Amino acid sequence: MKMERILFGDNQFFAVNHISDEKSMAQSIRFKDDAAIIKTLDHAMEAGIQTFMCTTHDRIANICEVIRQQPEKYKDFKIYPCMPYAHKYANAVTELGIMGTIKQYVPGNFFGSLFKGGVAFLSKDFLSIMELLIDAEMKMFKGINTPVIFLQNVVTDLLLGLGMKDILVAFHDYVKKKYNAEAGFITMNMPALLNMLEEGGVKNPIICASINKVGFRMSGGKELYEETLRTRQFRAIAMQVLAGGAVSPKEAIEYVCGLPNIESILFGASSRTNINDTVSLIHKYDQVYTTTP
Amino acid sequence: MVKVGLIGAGKMGISHLAILGAHPDAEVVGVCDTSKMVIEALEKYSPFPCFTDYKKMLQQSKPDAVVVAVPTKYHASMVKELLQMGIHVFVEKPFCLRPEEGVELIQLAKSRNLVNQVGYHNKFVGTFEEVKRLLNAGAIGDIYHFMGQAYGPVVIKPKQDTWRSNPEEGGGCLMDYASHVIDLINYLLSPVKSVQSSSLKSIFSKQVDDAVYAMMSLQNGVSGILSVNWSDETHRKMTTSVSINGTKGKIVSDANELKVYFKDAACPAGYSRGWNVKYVTDLTAPVDYYLRGEEYSAQMDHFIKAIQGKVPNEVNSFESAAKTDNAIALIRKAQQ
Repeated sequence: MKMERILFGDNQFFAVNHISDEKSMAQSIRFKDDAAIIKTLDHAMEAGIQTFMCTTHDRIANICEVIRQQPEKYKDFKIYPCMPYAHKYANAVTELGIMGTIKQYVPGNFFGSLFKGGVAFLSKDFLSIMELLIDAEMKMFKGINTPVIFLQNVVTDLLLGLGMKDILVAFHDYVKKKYNAEAGFITMNMPALLNMLEEGGVKNPIICASINKVGFRMSGGKELYEETLRTRQFRAIAMQVLAGGAVSPKEAIEYVCGLPNIESILFGASSRTNINDTVSLIHKYDQVYTTTP
Repeated sequence: MVKVGLIGAGKMGISHLAILGAHPDAEVVGVCDTSKMVIEALEKYSPFPCFTDYKKMLQQSKPDAVVVAVPTKYHASMVKELLQMGIHVFVEKPFCLRPEEGVELIQLAKSRNLVNQVGYHNKFVGTFEEVKRLLNAGAIGDIYHFMGQAYGPVVIKPKQDTWRSNPEEGGGCLMDYASHVIDLINYLLSPVKSVQSSSLKSIFSKQVDDAVYAMMSLQNGVSGILSVNWSDETHRKMTTSVSINGTKGKIVSDANELKVYFKDAACPAGYSRGWNVKYVTDLTAPVDYYLRGEEYSAQMDHFIKAIQGKVPNEVNSFESAAKTDNAIALIRKAQQ
């Protein structure tokens, strides 16, 4: 299954702005109502984008409901869920501690049953906890086409730093087994992550990474990223192509379209004009680089 | 290779551990936590040697340096023990529950010539570093007022308690959240000298403060306001900002965006009269491994480099963090 060339992101809907807290608040006001999100998704669809890559934020459940109610309109529409919505858990850990957070979010009476047998057998059940958390996050997408399921960068990169290769592999395997979906990994450390996934036997993984002309959030350096794209086998999605606004859209898109081995480009925008402009730029530079290899 | 141990694998500890795990000059020789569940997970899935008793870890792993990320009430005794063993220490903020505890630790670290650092990561944020440069250059003239703020959604309804909701253990918005802002003010402008008035409000918590408002004066004579609230869900995550007024202009900065206003054309290179906006993307040096923000990797890299003797042990020393502890005590005392 090939991913679409252009994927639509959701940061703008949830006040995620990497360069300005003020803009972040303005976005929060603008997208207060779900109708505003749906309207922007419509603009993206009109521009030919059929894939929405989004965090498992509580509000996405409402969007999923709208999508389920209009099967004809959304028949080709796909969602790539990105889990978990990390701030939910991070704030919970500050308040409740790690155990308290697990108690709160691991569904059902699983946790109770875990303790019945004492703590000793916990160690072999961490992966079951992970599977239950994945299932909890996936609930809202029932009946919706989710061909790729992503692990958010906070978790991917944490596991990478902790050397927890087996958990990354387990995520990959479970998503395939249970949801018949490809696993994707979002990261700010693409070359190092690819090494670890390959060591774990994951072939040709989908990796979504910050890739931009100024080297913003490209840990290990821009050169290493370019070399990795040139020489290694994986399916790259470029995100943060505008580097938080440090590069002009034209320059930004020209750079990314000129790179080898980028299967998809992820971007988010609030207005119809910005969506259309970005899509046109990608089409324009894709043509330039496919006709002049 | 610097041999590093970690005590306390909670929220901050796990993050430090991942950063150390990815650091090319650090070897994690031991991780210790009292939670069996956390330790078993690390034992099973990470390459690090794991312990539930830190004394055992120190004995067996013989670390050159230790990162301490346990509840604040344990900082003073644990750090003292480490320093006495000749171990370099990075300890999470706030430094100590009581200012007097810090004095001994500062002396001990100095006399033993040990690297000492506290986790006030804002000093490694590009925008705040640029604010410091501007202020050092006297770019906005004589400073006459500041406003330090932080808001976030930590406690947004009444809920069950952890150590962060226990005042005896270093919980509460003042210790946990406001300490970051106070430390930033100490660093950018001058240490807090006195607190005219303060108000610590419990909004949802039963035992601790959820918001802190205070009027303070600094050692350099400048006065200003502190406004911090961790029960503010209009912010998606913690946002920390400072606004500084001077006779020649004004600086408004958070961790993402720096705005500087200059009254006239005589301003530093790269700036002009009127408003100037710079983004953290332009001001931040890249890191080798990224998790949650460049500043977390940068502060740990600084600690490792200080141990290696590659950089001076200047940023976030025990001495500077003790000044923040002192300000926290003054704010408590000034409550109306």
